[in-house]
Amino acid sequence: MRNEFEPRIIAFLCQWCGYQGADMAGTSRLKYPPSIVSIQVPCSGRIETKQILEALSKSDGVLIAGCHTPNDCHYVSGNFKCLKRVTLLKKFLRHMGVNPARIRLEWISATEGVKFARVVREFTDEVKELGPFDFNGKSSQETKIKQDSKLSLKEIGGKENE
Amino acid sequence: MASTLTTHKKGPTKEKIGVFVCHCGRNIATTVDTKRVVEEILKHPAVVHAEDYDYVCSSPGQELIEKAIKEKRLTGFIVAACSPSLHETTFREVAKRKGLNPYKCEIANIREQDSWVHEDKEKATEKAIKLTKSAVEKVIRNEELEPIKVGLYKKALVIGGGIAGIRAALDIADAGFPVVLVEKGPTIGGHMAKLAETFPTLDCASCILTPLMSAVAHHPNIKLLTLSEIMDVEGYLGNFHVRIKKNPRYVDPEKCNLCNDCVDICPVTVSSEFDEGLSLRKAIYIPFPQAVPSSYLIDPDTCLGMNPIACGKCAEPEICGPEAVNFDDQTEIIEEDVGVIVVATGYELYNPENIGEYGADKYPDVITSLQFERLLSPSGPAVGIPKRPSDEKIPKRIAFIHCVGSRDERHKPYCSHICCTYSAKHALLFKELVPDADIYSFYIDIRAVGKNYEDFIRRVQEEAGVHYVRGKVSRIYEQDGKVKIFGVDTLLNKRIEIEVDMAVLALSMVPAHDIEDLASKMRIQIDGSGFLQELHPKLHPIESATSGIFLAGAAQSPKDIQDTVAQASAAASKALGILTQEKISHIPTVATVDTDLCSGCRLCISVCPYRAINLVDEKAQVEEVLCEGCGACVSTCPSDAISLRNHTDEQVSSMLKALVGEI
Repeated sequence: MRNEFEPRIIAFLCQWCGYQGADMAGTSRLKYPPSIVSIQVPCSGRIETKQILEALSKSDGVLIAGCHTPNDCHYVSGNFKCLKRVTLLKKFLRHMGVNPARIRLEWISATEGVKFARVVREFTDEVKELGPFDFNGKSSQETKIKQDSKLSLKEIGGKENE
Repeated sequence: MASTLTTHKKGPTKEKIGVFVCHCGRNIATTVDTKRVVEEILKHPAVVHAEDYDYVCSSPGQELIEKAIKEKRLTGFIVAACSPSLHETTFREVAKRKGLNPYKCEIANIREQDSWVHEDKEKATEKAIKLTKSAVEKVIRNEELEPIKVGLYKKALVIGGGIAGIRAALDIADAGFPVVLVEKGPTIGGHMAKLAETFPTLDCASCILTPLMSAVAHHPNIKLLTLSEIMDVEGYLGNFHVRIKKNPRYVDPEKCNLCNDCVDICPVTVSSEFDEGLSLRKAIYIPFPQAVPSSYLIDPDTCLGMNPIACGKCAEPEICGPEAVNFDDQTEIIEEDVGVIVVATGYELYNPENIGEYGADKYPDVITSLQFERLLSPSGPAVGIPKRPSDEKIPKRIAFIHCVGSRDERHKPYCSHICCTYSAKHALLFKELVPDADIYSFYIDIRAVGKNYEDFIRRVQEEAGVHYVRGKVSRIYEQDGKVKIFGVDTLLNKRIEIEVDMAVLALSMVPAHDIEDLASKMRIQIDGSGFLQELHPKLHPIESATSGIFLAGAAQSPKDIQDTVAQASAAASKALGILTQEKISHIPTVATVDTDLCSGCRLCISVCPYRAINLVDEKAQVEEVLCEGCGACVSTCPSDAISLRNHTDEQVSSMLKALVGEI
């Protein structure tokens, strides 16, 4: 039953911005779906490709939230390190036949509780559309991806909506 | 088998973990079934004790933890409660008190990231169980760590020389520590130096401020750098390295004897910044007589003498006897090592040109509140009795417009906090000078929230006979020498059209225009309104997100002088809390290298933003006091030779399993 599907989302939240933004969403009592669970990381630049893949293998979508580019990273440039890594991973996933939209990178500051809640709601809806994820027997949506098409700015985690 | 060869690894099974689930009154308990969390978490093999309680952070709550540590001989514990930003330190202190290493305590955030954001109790409870389990998985793999002790520079940097920066610098200097006070402008004093009198007591601003400015000038512990800007800030708490750009003054303050002969001879006349454009100054000038440093300066943008062929009269020996004028003065780069930083960069007024319908940029008699303040000042351009800029006549009818730009979605949505009270002050002071004046004050709501402010406003309304009109002004324009004001009186529910001689706009307070640039140099954050963001509004209202950097005054939010001074002293006391220590603690959650695995490829060195990794004997070595624990090297290492203490790959992996219910 399509309507019953509640996507499992794992979030990696950097301790300075993403995690604090999530706290701000709480302090502001903003509501979002409970299917998201998070891990606090020191910096988005700490997140490894293998960890994102491990999280994806156990869920339907992975959210990564770090400090705004260019200058907000508490550790100078961890956000750019993360951006490069995630961009490459998304290209790789596309070639593997996995929809890169299952991984979402966002810059969310400590004050952006509203953005955090919005991103979680949006991402949950998007992953719901994509259906359950299975690394081995991919969902039907997965096979529709054109392997040669370019990644959009939004897929990379750019500032399309800002 | 030789037992000496087997490395004993602390396995998760040896751990005895306690879990304390907080109700937080109803904050958590309404949405999370805490009893079920307790039941479920007890099924975890490492958990030997679990209980729930109303407020775990309270004294009796902490005693529950202490009791369990003692009786159940816990090796670690989890508090499932609010965000670690709030009480992680509190609970880690409990661990320390009972002989546990503070890193054997972890927090599961089931309030901000669970009970407050979800409504479905069943699902929120499931999530709380997962979050708590994942915290258990982390804590059983946490190493016992002790803080790394580092020396510190016992010196403070204060950025901004307004009343906030002055107060903070004096407090720190009086306690015996050296302070570098950096001011962008040619004098300290900030906006307060421009004010006539201060509400609600009507003290003369100069009488309160100038003695403090003088104290700064003569304080043996304060090094004052005016015309100076922060270029960059490196380092960390206790050990900041700051580069400051000091622009040339072209006049040596040590030699200048304030004779004013240079001003008399200077042929260039421009409008005065200190008088908000209402008077003129020369290219060589002193902002105001009580300026600190007490010296003239040359404005290089307008001075003709920058080209020696064109001018340079003021430097001639018959004009400047002490030879204080020096056209060869150069920009200096000053480097300072400091332990703490106080940011007190203050505010600016919102640009009235952005509000075209009020015509402040078109009509000379529509002025800003700060201009009116200069007109009221006995030392100002009108020598104490405000006159209309257009014809120098004393106005008989004045309109004060509140909330110009503030509480307005099109401009600044926030309340600027001080305008209601200072507009009342303006009306009162003007009424005292011109008793037959007719004064209108247009307001949305009166917000007079400081001590004795309400009494003050009432006094203005009742005794001074100022007409308070509740409603917004839609348009202001000048016609036939009169200022016409269109608005609405929302209490009488009718349109208003009045003619006055002068209109004064209470513009909203905005942060200094270059605050974002400065904030990014220091890695501190900006809030949604553009002001500096404090670490926590109630628990850490003075601290920024960067340890050792504190906030004071209107740079953090619009505030009056009372609150600014209070916050500045608070920032100074926080700074002193660090400066008085012999050693400060550096986080021990740093990177560590397994030299057996390290191939010496140097990738980690290239990504480390702190130059904390060196190659020693072809192996990476982390200099722990420089490492900030970001983990960039960990995720880059192709050999998995580097790991971050208490955030290892194994920990992340087991936390992931717990989060999806595999454990």
